[in-house]
Amino acid sequence: MYNFDFVKPSTLDEAVAALGGEDAQPLSGGQTLLPSMKQRLNAPGVLVSLTGIAALKGVSMEGRLLVIGGATPHAVVAAEVASAYPALAALAGGIGDPAVRNRGTIGGSLANNDPSACYPSAALGSGATIVTNNREIAADDFFTGMFETALEPGEIITAVKFPVPEKAAYAKFQQPASRFALTGAYVAKYGDGVRVAITGASEGGVFRWTEAEEALSRSFTAEALNGLSLPEDGMMGDLHGTPAYRAHLCAVMTRRAVTAAR
Amino acid sequence: MPKDGGIGASTKRREDIRFLTGRGVYTDDLNLHGQTFAVFCRSTVAHGKIVSINTAATEAMPGVLAVFTGQDFKDVGGNPAGWLINSRDGTPMREPKRPVLAHGKVRHVGDAYAAVIAETYAQAKDAAEQLAADTVIDELPAIVDMKAAVADPSNRVHDEIPDNLCFDWGWIEDNRAAVDEVFKTAPHVTTLELVNNRLVPNAMEPRASIGEYFPGTGDYKLTTTSQNPHLTRLLIAAFVMGIPENKLQVVAPDVGGGFGSKIYHYGEEAVVLAAAKKLKRPVRWTAERSESFLSDAHGRDHVTKIELACEKDGTFLAFRTETLANVGAYLSNFSTATPTFLHGTLMAGPYKVPKVYVNVKTVFTNTAPVDAYRGAGRPEATFSLERVIDKMCRELGLDQFEVRRKNFITPDMYPYTTPVGLVYDTGNYHATLDKALEMTDLAGFEARAAEAKARGKLRGLGLSTWIEACGIAPSNLVGVLGSRVGLYDAATVRVNATGNISVMTGAHSHGQGHETVFAQIVAEKLGVDATSVEIVHGDTAKIPFGMGSYGSRSLAVCGSAIDRAMGKIIAKGKKIAAHMLEAAEGDIEFKDGTFSVAGTDKAKTFGEIAFSAYVPHNYPLETLEPGLEETAFYDPGNFTYPAGAYLCEVEVDPDTGKVQVVAFHCADDFGNIMNPMIVEGQVHGGVGQGIGQALCENTTYDENGQLTSASFMDYAMPRADDVPFYNVDYSCQTPCTHNPLGVKGCGEAGAIGSPPAVVNAVIDALHRGGYDHVTHIDMPVSPARVWAAMQKH
Ligand SMILES: Cc1cc2nc3c(=O)[nH]c(=O)nc-3n(C[C@H](O)[C@H](O)[C@H](O)COP(=O)(O)OP(=O)(O)OC[C@H]3O[C@@H](n4cnc5c(N)ncnc54)[C@H](O)[C@@H]3O)c2cc1C
Repeated sequence: MYNFDFVKPSTLDEAVAALGGEDAQPLSGGQTLLPSMKQRLNAPGVLVSLTGIAALKGVSMEGRLLVIGGATPHAVVAAEVASAYPALAALAGGIGDPAVRNRGTIGGSLANNDPSACYPSAALGSGATIVTNNREIAADDFFTGMFETALEPGEIITAVKFPVPEKAAYAKFQQPASRFALTGAYVAKYGDGVRVAITGASEGGVFRWTEAEEALSRSFTAEALNGLSLPEDGMMGDLHGTPAYRAHLCAVMTRRAVTAAR
Repeated sequence: MPKDGGIGASTKRREDIRFLTGRGVYTDDLNLHGQTFAVFCRSTVAHGKIVSINTAATEAMPGVLAVFTGQDFKDVGGNPAGWLINSRDGTPMREPKRPVLAHGKVRHVGDAYAAVIAETYAQAKDAAEQLAADTVIDELPAIVDMKAAVADPSNRVHDEIPDNLCFDWGWIEDNRAAVDEVFKTAPHVTTLELVNNRLVPNAMEPRASIGEYFPGTGDYKLTTTSQNPHLTRLLIAAFVMGIPENKLQVVAPDVGGGFGSKIYHYGEEAVVLAAAKKLKRPVRWTAERSESFLSDAHGRDHVTKIELACEKDGTFLAFRTETLANVGAYLSNFSTATPTFLHGTLMAGPYKVPKVYVNVKTVFTNTAPVDAYRGAGRPEATFSLERVIDKMCRELGLDQFEVRRKNFITPDMYPYTTPVGLVYDTGNYHATLDKALEMTDLAGFEARAAEAKARGKLRGLGLSTWIEACGIAPSNLVGVLGSRVGLYDAATVRVNATGNISVMTGAHSHGQGHETVFAQIVAEKLGVDATSVEIVHGDTAKIPFGMGSYGSRSLAVCGSAIDRAMGKIIAKGKKIAAHMLEAAEGDIEFKDGTFSVAGTDKAKTFGEIAFSAYVPHNYPLETLEPGLEETAFYDPGNFTYPAGAYLCEVEVDPDTGKVQVVAFHCADDFGNIMNPMIVEGQVHGGVGQGIGQALCENTTYDENGQLTSASFMDYAMPRADDVPFYNVDYSCQTPCTHNPLGVKGCGEAGAIGSPPAVVNAVIDALHRGGYDHVTHIDMPVSPARVWAAMQKH
């Protein structure tokens, strides 16, 4: 790790100001950023901690929208949205291990947009809105590619608003080593249709499987997916799975999510 | 009634109190006055020519005290291979010198070519980064694949070795023609090509070393993560640095796991000693986890073709194998023994197969050195045998249990000389197989499989009947086989004046529980309370010259040395008692801690004898020396031969290919058992590692020699939910016939016996599910591989 300066503001305005400085970067749970700094792969000059800002933390309902503060740890989501949005709580409770869940945050996960991360599929699969310090971004516009998002430099995710579906589930097939999603499917059924978001599969990062959405909107059953498959072109291939295997898992995990949805 | 102390009791591990309360003292826990920090520059390319290393800018950096490069060590070094292996044509193996720091060329990613010593770790780290930037290395094509390495003489890991071959070994070469003859006429031949996957040992504690030099006396001290401090001292003294043995103290304090990887002497140890001498200050280094992945000696990595010739009824006629064994870029200390005498000699298994021939070509590649890892050679032998037997049973439609029974050596055949050079002293393989079947509830298997099927899972059952040679090792025998060291061990039993006992052992405990078990044995044999017995290990200044712990040798060899030393203590105690009780020595009996005159009530307690030994007021000094301390060296007469039967049940998810081990039954014969709880723990750990190898762990280099599984993000260690609740039995006991405790060793058993049981179970599950085109899947049998195998209709 290289030397860096550390600031821990207590308001969003202070954080935004601090991030205006040269080489500044937000630090949330640090579960992604700190390991990369330890390996000297990342060297911000100033770390601006977000976890001292009360307004960025916690869970609330705004009408039918579930609002989660950007610096809310996974463990809090797992515990506090269990009745409001059980599928999301289950996803949060399945990330990493207790230490990771107690530090890692939803804002950090979405900002990072790891192609194998869990949360991006929930945000995209729920049609969530990502709220930042200066705008609101629809999930459909937010994830722009592997480790890429619509965030501008210095822009902070302050909250994520989830429309609560009638039914939903996340089915994750664990990568054997990291236990991120080797491939995961998030399925959510709303009054006006079904959304299906796939993570861990595409070289472009999280994406919506529109054929599956159409089929499931007609009939929300695993059988409705029969015969549907995704092409292996553009799927990731690595030690843990070929593109063909991942394409196959997309269908398997989507079926499982449909079956598990509640 | 279970005992609550002494031999056979499940005494709780006394060392766990300090380990579990954070009071263990590991190398990195030591903070020394004036200490400095070493950081190594490691190659980022697999193969390259070192063009230049410009140290000027680095030396000028804040806090930098010294910079070392390969040039500084070019006249020392030569960390040797411990075994000389001859090729089939009689020529000795090729032995390229292993330098302390690479010079001329770097030969694997992670190969250290320079070291920077600085006042702080951060300064050393910054300086090493600078030095790397000021180093020019011309990348050469990497040699990664073993088949390509031996086929292409133009590209060489070591310039003087044209075909990248270390040796081409035949075992037993004289039997080759006869074995070939059997294959020509055999009624059935089963052939299997397989890979024994390379593993990274991943001890919980990374390697760490601290060098110290004392200018007043010229003494050196090395504190290091070693499984065998005396061996490390010998290597540094006699081969690498020329420090006199009596000027070098090597201490291995608490060590957090080794699994073989900490047997060997590594260059970092020499660097911290040389730097300590130069700076006259302590120099410390602790590996980062990434360094461990790149530079610890890896394990396994064999590519094997095995053939089994048999009758149509499954009676074995011969085994024949051809193996390419990867040694990596340099010869690590045991690397030449592992694929040969720890592998080829086991290729008869527990079977009365008349003919066996083993060929091993050991190959240099631009990868990390490969050496012994829990089981070392024997897992490779067992995997090849048990997989090919399983395949043969399927080909001929034979019952796997009956085929094993038909071919087992029977209890009336001992001592049994195998066609691969070992003499098994005792065993009962039918008994362990019967026991395992009883534990499994074989009759209920079909119902379990049907129930699994209702849940969409394919259930399978896999068997492995394994044997190993451990209790390493009889020096006479290994000397004939090429070992350059003896493999005896030593113990000193020191009875202190106040009657408590210090036992100095050559064994080294890095998780095994010696402090508990050895104390149990001493307490039982000397009739004293175990709490009055301390086990001292890991410091060359305190213990007699012993060879350390690996090869399931601690109890069988080091424990036997303790037993021998206790025998001498008792003999001496009788002399003292005879004097004190004014009786003839021959009339003194020793029982339950009391020396008495036979047939009388005249007696002295152990404590009284000890006190007298150190307060020898009217001793007849011509015939009786004061003191009560004895040392024994024990060299075993043979290997020990633990054996057993493992049955594994798995469920395969046909949608994803994921394998779950749902039951694992172990029936082992370890001879006499000293502490059942510790035996169970060793089996659990070994089987866990075996399941890890079978299902999870894989070390992969890409075609450029980059380690693509270089962190826990990609290297899958087995975790709690990857393993089942084990069912362990050790009631089948044929005590070892040649060591005083009748023990065989249990440390490696689980890692040796389990991988084929798991893979056989997966193949069984797939066949039962209709995927009978799948004849083999290489380890790790990962979800992706199982799924891919199922697709090929
Ligand atoms: C062992 C381990 C296992 C894991 N397993 C999983 C898993 O199974 N599934 C999974 O999805 N993830 C997993 N993770 C990742 C984990 O969820 C991280 O917490 C998450 O990816 C990043 O969140 P963080 O709060 O730690 O962010 P940080 O590491 O603090 O930051 C990550 C990045 O986001 C930026 N950032 C942080 N917060 C904000 C914000 N509010 N606005 C804008 N930018 C911001 C940072 O500048 C940085 O670039 C695992 C991590 C570890 C260490």
